[in-house]
Amino acid sequence: MTDYILGHINYWIIVLLMMIGLYTMMSMPNLVKKMAGMSVFQTGVILLYISLGKVEGGTAPIIDDGYVLYANPLPQVLMLTAIVVGVATTALGFALIVRIKEAYGTLEEDEIAAMDDSE
Amino acid sequence: MDDALLLLLTMVLPLLGAIVISRLGRWPNIRELAGVLVAVALFAVVLNLYIDFRLGMTASIVLAEPFDGLPLAFSLNTLGLLFALVASGLWIVTTIYAIGYMRAHHEGHQTRFFAFFAVSIAAVMAISFSDNLFTLFVFYELLTLATYPLVTHSGTPEARRSGRIYLTVLMGSSIGLFLFGLLIVWSLTGSLTFTPEGILKGHIDDVWVAPLYLLFVFGIGKAAVMPMHKWLPAAMVAPTPVSALLHAVAVVKAGVFTLLKVTLFIFGPGLLSDSGAVQWLIWLPVFTILMASLIAMTRDNLKERLAYSTISQLSYIVLGTLLANEAGLFGASLHIVMHAFAKIALFFAAGAILVAAHKTRVSELDGLGVAMPITFGVFMIGALSIIGLPPFGGMWSKWYLAQGTLDFAGPPLAQYVLLGTLMVSSLLNIAYLLEIPFRGFFKKAPADDGHHGGEAPLPCLVGLVLPAAFCVYLFFSPEPFFDLLQAGASSVEVP
Amino acid sequence: MTSTLFTDHLAAWLVILPLLCAPVMVLLNRSKLVWLLNLVVSASCLIIALHILWDVSTGTVIHYAMGGWTPPWGIEYRIDGLNALVAVIVSAMATACAVYARKSVEQEISVHVHGLFYAAFQLCFLGLLGIALTGDIFNLFVFLEISSLASYALIAMGRNRKALNSAFHYLILGTLGATFFLIGVGLAFAATGTLNMADMALSLQDAANTPLLLTAFALIVVGVALKAAIYPLHLWLPGAYAYAPSVVSVFLAATATKVAIYVLIRCLFSVFEPDYMLDTFLPDILVVLGGVAILYGSLRAIYQEGMKKMLAYSSVAQIGYMVMGIGFLSAAGLTASLLHMFNHALMKGAMFMAVGLFVYRVNTATFDNLKGMGREMPYTFFAMVLAALSLVGVPGTVGFVSKWQLLQAALENRHWGMVMIILLGSLMAAIYVWKLIEVLYFQQPEKLRVQGVSSGSERIGRSPAGMVIALWVMALGCVYFGLDTDLSLHSAQYAVTELLQGRGN
Repeated sequence: MTDYILGHINYWIIVLLMMIGLYTMMSMPNLVKKMAGMSVFQTGVILLYISLGKVEGGTAPIIDDGYVLYANPLPQVLMLTAIVVGVATTALGFALIVRIKEAYGTLEEDEIAAMDDSE
Repeated sequence: MDDALLLLLTMVLPLLGAIVISRLGRWPNIRELAGVLVAVALFAVVLNLYIDFRLGMTASIVLAEPFDGLPLAFSLNTLGLLFALVASGLWIVTTIYAIGYMRAHHEGHQTRFFAFFAVSIAAVMAISFSDNLFTLFVFYELLTLATYPLVTHSGTPEARRSGRIYLTVLMGSSIGLFLFGLLIVWSLTGSLTFTPEGILKGHIDDVWVAPLYLLFVFGIGKAAVMPMHKWLPAAMVAPTPVSALLHAVAVVKAGVFTLLKVTLFIFGPGLLSDSGAVQWLIWLPVFTILMASLIAMTRDNLKERLAYSTISQLSYIVLGTLLANEAGLFGASLHIVMHAFAKIALFFAAGAILVAAHKTRVSELDGLGVAMPITFGVFMIGALSIIGLPPFGGMWSKWYLAQGTLDFAGPPLAQYVLLGTLMVSSLLNIAYLLEIPFRGFFKKAPADDGHHGGEAPLPCLVGLVLPAAFCVYLFFSPEPFFDLLQAGASSVEVP
Repeated sequence: MTSTLFTDHLAAWLVILPLLCAPVMVLLNRSKLVWLLNLVVSASCLIIALHILWDVSTGTVIHYAMGGWTPPWGIEYRIDGLNALVAVIVSAMATACAVYARKSVEQEISVHVHGLFYAAFQLCFLGLLGIALTGDIFNLFVFLEISSLASYALIAMGRNRKALNSAFHYLILGTLGATFFLIGVGLAFAATGTLNMADMALSLQDAANTPLLLTAFALIVVGVALKAAIYPLHLWLPGAYAYAPSVVSVFLAATATKVAIYVLIRCLFSVFEPDYMLDTFLPDILVVLGGVAILYGSLRAIYQEGMKKMLAYSSVAQIGYMVMGIGFLSAAGLTASLLHMFNHALMKGAMFMAVGLFVYRVNTATFDNLKGMGREMPYTFFAMVLAALSLVGVPGTVGFVSKWQLLQAALENRHWGMVMIILLGSLMAAIYVWKLIEVLYFQQPEKLRVQGVSSGSERIGRSPAGMVIALWVMALGCVYFGLDTDLSLHSAQYAVTELLQGRGN
């Protein structure tokens, strides 16, 4: 049992990260905090992929004499793309937040909802 | 000309007419002329088809085939011709009448009115010549939609409310029940084509015949079998020509016509009577006939009274259909014609009273007959024809219906009760219809009545007299319709 | 041989063309030029997509290896009847929107960002096309994000400040859905070692039905369901559709959720075997959710006071029809879903176009301000009525065709309750559509129109021709494809046969 838990420690941490991110994203009324949660959540996913590609004793996937065991390069490449996507999303999100702040004068979700309803 | 083309023309002509009329809004006289011309042309086309049909010609066209095995197809057929003849013939009369009525009554949006009227007629033509239930359903729905602007014509809150009832009941019943029944038939048999003796035989367990048929009886809300009748009195807010042609002839007859078609060519009278379904289904129209007549007696608004009378008369046709024997079906088909002429005369008279004397209530009509003898005379003729007295056409259909009740495949008691219903209902007819000419002619006008006007405008009078004349004429020579129906009847096996 | 080579590259052009044009648009930034370029690109894509559809309808499946890297390592475009159909829907709608866009954009978007607007539009379009064409599941995720990011930006360009909030809301939920999808893909990748969908399907056949795969399956389904706004994951949709600029509403309503539904179908039937679903309760869940969506969406639509919100909730209901068709797990059900994708794109596109025209004229789309507008704008109004009747499912329109198919599927499976719900849904649709028609045509306009929106410009006397033409093309399409179903129904049927039989090639 202990082996099971310790052997998969990276996955447990990843799950924990994701949960923290997800919870923050869903429950925080502040929009910036939502974005922070989203980033944490996405980071969790990136780590998940990297973990998947990890090969015990493998090295960086650059072909060279003297190495036969490499980590799977594919997930790493995929995560480069995912990071780009994540950055774009975050940037867009913050751009929206700036505009929302300009338009509503607040970043609290409940206050914004109250303003919307009163219109 | 090719008959298939003629067939297509019956639908295209009114549609074209609608377009032309809608473009002529600025010149009312030319617009009205165009309307009459289209109506006459349509009647000529239908008549031409009728003659060809009597000569043994057939025609059919397929417009489109949205689903495999379910085309939008039309073909010449007995019942359809009968219905089309009546509707297109009365359209001429109604157009003439409407010209007088709409102008005298200073109705707005007359162009829209005449245009949608023409569209409705196109839908009616398509319904008459539908070759399968699917096509019929399509145009049944279109008819509802095309008549909606006519019902809400005046645009008052009351008209809108009535329009809502109209749509809710008709669309609700047709989508919720009619379409449902249609789907079941389709999934059971894989066909919806009208076939003599029906297509359901051998595909359905006897127990389920009655429930399925019920879906149709109530689903075809236009047939106004209680409790699906609410839309008809609601539709009376429309201008009188609409009530007259559409809600006494075209739309409601489209309902019973559909029911007749379903009975004859989807179920087959044989299946209905063999399964025993008719034994209790038949009490639905009986109930409606009596209830509607009783309600009619309590209504003071003239048009509403006529509407309930229509509901009751429609159920005569449903009753004849459900008798599922030769005389009954014959009587039912004939009643479509006879009732049409009589009821349109009654509505025209009601409209004329409204236009000339601005009266809508029965209780206000005392003594009015002296000032408007033609109108009240026509009303009298129409009423007598509906009651079924000679020398008026209405007698024939009642005669055959009565004969049908005696041939009904049920216990003798049921036969007599059915016959009794017809008789009692005739008495009720006398009570609520003849009251009007009686008040008009024999009661003293109230002293403070400021009414000194005479009859309605001339086009109205022309429109009034023609159907009344036909009521008489059809008593002496109902042959055209007789022959047509008999030619059709021989092709349908009736037990 | 030459011709095959030619078409192979065409498949790539479909994605590359918009991608190349987007930056050009930003650089040009001249409203009319950019609009024209947008139109040309969309129309070219439509032609290419039609060409591809025609090609694959002979039974061939187009395989195109991006950059020459052989699959399963490289990214492969694998185009069969279903892909081509979706691509045609997307590009046809983009073209219609392009025709429609000019005046509407001129009025609603400030002039210095027109280049950016159209660029974002092209990126969104490109993303949706990419989703439709790609055969690589990670690539699909990337395209999903491209289209989503572009659509967040597009929605945020709406004039009402609520647009910003809606876009943000959508961004959070959309990212959540996409990330779920990504986790699911990762787990499936861990189990199979491949990302190529066809290849993955092959490996999955041998793979044991482990909890890992079920988790992957569940995550993918939930992620896609969020994107497709399947009830109860539809929360982002009404706001996003209601406050986006008119053109964006048209485009997104007509395509975005449809493409997500496509992804769902692809994942459920091509990647994972239907057995996976049978082991879970998913089909039943889908059917029930579909039913609930129909009732809930229609009910909410009835009580809306604004036209855009009403249509948005109606979309929730219409998505329910598609989901229900998938849940029936039969060829008939799937056909109905695909058909409804196409048909609903037509009618909802037309409806939103009509709204756009009303907005153009009176600056707002709330019922209070639209009273009697139908009489002032008869051409717009009657086109809208055609589309609205389709929405109800009146026979002779596209709405009836797909509902009929769905009813057939329901009867085939003896889902009597669902038959009732579908019919009830039609009735409820009749109610909200009629409410709309009554407001537009039968109610008297109020003397003084209050300008509810910030810009406060005067009412405009004429409807621009481009917008009206696009609207009428769509509306007539609603009737044409309701009568002649050769193209739509048969492509859908063909796509379904391929989907069910052609696994693994």
